[in-house]
Amino acid sequence: MSTTTLRWSTFAAPSRFYRLADTLNPWLWGAAVVLAVAALYVGFFVAPVDATQGNSYRIIFIHVPAAWISMVIYVAMAFWAAVGWMLNARMASMLARALAPTGALFTFIALWTGSFWGKPTWGTWWVWDARLTSYLILLFLYLGFIALISAIDDVVRGDKAAAVLTLVGVVNIPIIYFSVRWWNTLHQGATISMTAAPKMAHTMLLAMLLMTFAFWAYAFAVVFTRAQALALQRERDTDWVRALVGKEMQ
Amino acid sequence: MTWSSASDFFAMGGYALYVWGAYAVCLALMLIEPLMARRQKQQAFREARRPSGEHGDD
Repeated sequence: MSTTTLRWSTFAAPSRFYRLADTLNPWLWGAAVVLAVAALYVGFFVAPVDATQGNSYRIIFIHVPAAWISMVIYVAMAFWAAVGWMLNARMASMLARALAPTGALFTFIALWTGSFWGKPTWGTWWVWDARLTSYLILLFLYLGFIALISAIDDVVRGDKAAAVLTLVGVVNIPIIYFSVRWWNTLHQGATISMTAAPKMAHTMLLAMLLMTFAFWAYAFAVVFTRAQALALQRERDTDWVRALVGKEMQ
Repeated sequence: MTWSSASDFFAMGGYALYVWGAYAVCLALMLIEPLMARRQKQQAFREARRPSGEHGDD
């Protein structure tokens, strides 16, 4: 037990994480910009007009990637919160905290863009159907996580409380995903299915996938930056932070 | 090419408000968030530099 814990925590040492993030971030930002420009080009200049929805469908190129990522980030947040809680791994709890604002941001973007797509397509900005309601709960889970960690000053207690909240909330993820199948909703079914051929034109699919990768690169870069800030705060009195910021040893 | 002119492009076939309203907010948020994260990191960096005992609240 003790050897595994030791190996885990050495491998996830905040000092090493910090350097790794510094190395990766310029590449991640570059990839995010290049992929986003490519996605916008394909989405607006190559992909054809949709036969039934006209040009309003082009919202899909940000709506679906944002929705996907918001759910994956939630699962990642729950995973790291659990790892931090059970193995007492410092960096894992910091990663969970760093993921929350980005997850909340993508959840909000998916809701906002969905609303701007729903108005011309369904004739309403919002409807209390299963998909939209369960997805709104995801936003509340993110906001609850952020409120909880900012309310508890004690770092360790805050991490534990946040881990419990996140793990309970994980049950909402399959509910969101399967909501379009379990209930009769206004929201259309899954855009991409593992078992069936894509129902959309290849260029549309390409634009959506490019934007998904762009959002991924963005999410990694911004979460890494936030995790670095947390590492600096929490490890302020350690040798590696002192060396990094150029502070004299005391 | 899908569009015959620039104004045709910006009109989005009558869906300009919805398409650009969705994209504009998405872009604005994705510009603000990295700036906030960067500011948070710079602030943490400055605070780590200050002598011990002087750090304020977290």
